[in-house]
Amino acid sequence: MPSIIEVQSVSKSYWRDSFEVPVLNSITLSVPEGEFLGLMGPSGSGKTTLLNLIAGIDKPNGGSITVAGTNIAALSESQLAKWRSTHVGFIFQFYNLLPVLTAYENVELPLLLTSLSKANRRKHVEAALSVVGLSDRMDHYPKQLSGGQEQRVAIARAIATDPTILVADEPTGDLDKHSAEEILTLLERLNKEFKKTIVMVTHDPRAAERAHVVRHLDKGELK
Amino acid sequence: MKIPFKYIFRSLFTRRLTTAITIVGVALVVFVFVAVLMMANGITQTLVATGSDDNVLIARKAANGEISSIITNDTYGVIAALPQVARDADGKSLITGDLVVIINLEKIGTEGGMSNVTVRGVSTPVFQLRPQTKIVEGRMFSEGAREVIVGSSIARRFEGAQVGNTIRFGGDNWLIVGMFDTGGNGFNSEMWGDVRQLQSAFSREGAYSTVTFHLGSPDQLDAVKAEFERDNRLQEFEVKTEQQFFADLSEFMSIFLSALGIFITSFFSVGAMIGAMITMYAAVANRTVEIGTLRALGFRRRSVLAAFLIESLIISLTGAAIGLFLASFLGFLQVSTLNFGSFSELEFSFALSAEIISAAVVFSLFMGFVGGFLPSIRAARLNIVNALRSA
Amino acid sequence: MKVLKLIWKNSMRHKLRTSLTIFGIAIAVIAFGFLRTVVTAWYAGVEASAANRLVTRNSVSFIFPLPYAYRDRIARIPGVETVSFANWFGGVYIDKNRFFARMAVDAGTILDAYPEFRVSPEQFDAFLKERNACIVGADLARQYGFKIGDIIPMDGDIYPGKWEFVVRAIYQPRDEKIDGTQFFFHWTYLNERMRAEMPGRAGEVGWYIIKIADPADAASISGQIDEMFVNSRAETKTETEAAFQQSFIQGTSLIINLFNFISFVIIGIIMLVLGNTMIMSARERTKEYAVLKTLGFSGQHIVGLIAGESMIISVLAGGLGLLLTYPVVGAFSLVVPKSWFPVFYIEPSTIVLAGTAALLVGIAAAFFPIQRALRTTIVDGLRFVG
Repeated sequence: MPSIIEVQSVSKSYWRDSFEVPVLNSITLSVPEGEFLGLMGPSGSGKTTLLNLIAGIDKPNGGSITVAGTNIAALSESQLAKWRSTHVGFIFQFYNLLPVLTAYENVELPLLLTSLSKANRRKHVEAALSVVGLSDRMDHYPKQLSGGQEQRVAIARAIATDPTILVADEPTGDLDKHSAEEILTLLERLNKEFKKTIVMVTHDPRAAERAHVVRHLDKGELK
Repeated sequence: MKIPFKYIFRSLFTRRLTTAITIVGVALVVFVFVAVLMMANGITQTLVATGSDDNVLIARKAANGEISSIITNDTYGVIAALPQVARDADGKSLITGDLVVIINLEKIGTEGGMSNVTVRGVSTPVFQLRPQTKIVEGRMFSEGAREVIVGSSIARRFEGAQVGNTIRFGGDNWLIVGMFDTGGNGFNSEMWGDVRQLQSAFSREGAYSTVTFHLGSPDQLDAVKAEFERDNRLQEFEVKTEQQFFADLSEFMSIFLSALGIFITSFFSVGAMIGAMITMYAAVANRTVEIGTLRALGFRRRSVLAAFLIESLIISLTGAAIGLFLASFLGFLQVSTLNFGSFSELEFSFALSAEIISAAVVFSLFMGFVGGFLPSIRAARLNIVNALRSA
Repeated sequence: MKVLKLIWKNSMRHKLRTSLTIFGIAIAVIAFGFLRTVVTAWYAGVEASAANRLVTRNSVSFIFPLPYAYRDRIARIPGVETVSFANWFGGVYIDKNRFFARMAVDAGTILDAYPEFRVSPEQFDAFLKERNACIVGADLARQYGFKIGDIIPMDGDIYPGKWEFVVRAIYQPRDEKIDGTQFFFHWTYLNERMRAEMPGRAGEVGWYIIKIADPADAASISGQIDEMFVNSRAETKTETEAAFQQSFIQGTSLIINLFNFISFVIIGIIMLVLGNTMIMSARERTKEYAVLKTLGFSGQHIVGLIAGESMIISVLAGGLGLLLTYPVVGAFSLVVPKSWFPVFYIEPSTIVLAGTAALLVGIAAAFFPIQRALRTTIVDGLRFVG
């Protein structure tokens, strides 16, 4: 299977006051299309940083990252924004739904960046919400939903534009056992049934179990 | 700007108290701004309505207002002989020589105190020259009698100035035989009497303050002006349309009030802008994660900038709407002040105009823009990773 | 004073917000100070009045003259030290925008009546000797560049015709409360010309200025003067100079009320800005206040913290604003012609008013945050998420 994500000798460091703190040290990684990859490692190992780089919300200091044929490390900020809107679906630990928008409107958000008509957007939103099983909660606000339900809406938002890859940062980190199960089952289904490539950062060994492949990061290096 | 308006609108409601406080601040500034301009405009409107543009009024060139202008009988004769002076159906010249003086009367009410009231000696054609003037109570004064009529504003505001009362001035008692109303122009704040009677009472025989006559048609004005320049008996005198003359009397007050009002308002509007800025900075700080999420999803920096700027503008426009709404009620008030131009009392209403409304809107947009600009820039410049991490 | 230190550190936590608040309030205080200065300038004439001066004018109104013959009769009343008089000349100097007070006065007695106008004896002598000489105020001379010997032409309106005056003296106002923009010339010069050109108007005096020996006699002497001329062609009204000046302001009470109203609005805005900031700060620290309470601090301590912070900000801002009002008032005096606002300075009453307002606003703005802090239980406070 062709690689949809190619990370080549990528390095990243942060500046704290006048100190350079290296986080990733010449990482190379290949993710084939349709893979469900889990990234694990202790705090400060750089796993979230790697995820951010792959998702195009941060830029490496060295190396290249190619996603679906595009070297995103070479894109300008505005090009990256455009690229993200069609190629990446985000799932955050704390859901990050906009509290003033309903579930429907949250899912619709990324579609507003496309040129789809209102009617077409409606189709996509309804489809996404039906996949996650929340069609009956379309007009509810996040504060009216449970944690598990919020995360499902977030997942619906992530898949609404049918992106190339899904990135998930500790998707079950804030959920109880039962809800976490639901979410993981949903992610598995997205991967098996809908052939979505998923890169997931997690602490939770049960979450890691659901992934096909698990890689470990420690002190900025892949094991 | 692809960020939905729903998001911007609804976000305003999340911090209700501080948003409300900011809106009230803007509303106060706009209220004062509009009130002062309405006052200046009200004075101008009242005075502009005082004359018509098909009457001409002649005064001495150097004169500051009617009371310091002097026109002798001889000059009156020269003016009356001009061909442009219109005549009525009976062949009578439509011309009046006015003697304008000021007397002190006591104001009615809690504030009391004296103020200056204009007394105008007029000749009988005056009602044809100034047709908006209508007797609404009693009757016109008789020629040759020590009688006067009062404008409705004077009857309302001054002690002893009602129909049937007697006022003492010029060494004699004058009976108020009637009240007139002009629909709210400067003459409403005056008392009128027979010019000959007033001339003799004040030892001003043979002199007038101003001369007003009706033009056959408004385009004869230039001919009249030319005549005044040509004839050296008329060198020291100035011709204006009656409307222009009275409008000019409002100039000083109007500019004074507007300038002072705008100067002070600009100052404390900074307070309201700072209030808006603080509120917007807080809004950005509280929604850092949301901003990071929007950027991660692919929304551009400039969309974020625009969204917050629009939020700020909505706040200021709402404040302006409230301020304007409240200020518009001032239009129901009839107030009175000494007009510096004529040195006497003038009753007027606060008057709103399209220009004042536009000025208020532009001013509030400016406040919203200045208040929202820096916070919006901050929101736009947030680094995605840091913003998401701040949860 | 550990508490003060804690309060100070709290304010400094959010430097941007605190400095914006101080700045916003300071600007509003400047507006307030400036407005009060305008209002006090309005009353300048009243403030500059002397208790031992009376003014006699025509009882009908200020614009009607009194006969010159009244002078001797007034002078004979016991208790009267000096009788002087003046006529308002009006007229136009170059154009109507160049406004300043122009009066024909009784040259011999005017400086007696107004000792606050200081003229050197040599200059005064020169003035007395020339028929069409004039005295100008030092501020006026500065504004228009008048020097001794300059000829000032004017167009008369009340007294029609072309007039020329020559500057022979410049008066220094005694202090900043006194108008230094006035212009005086000989009444005899005016009268001569009226006798020649408009004889019906010769012997006219605008108003009399009477200096009395004892201010306590003001009411009785005023009464006597008016009694003397009752039922004559020109009845008089005599009052203290302060009352006379006050009568000019009465007509403009609407405008003064407007200014006072605006002053209140400004205070209101200051309160809103400070209140807004205090509400935000106190809200953010809900959890900390709960923690402090668990440590044993009482509700009163919390109140003190909040009120203290609010008052530090308002006092700092008030002080800054007051300091900056001086240059603003100064700049205004430079830009606006002195003859429009001859007396324009910051009175102590303005400073006191602004200072008191700042303190009161500091307390008032803390009201809602204090209410909220007292009402929030420790448990709720610990649970609080911003």
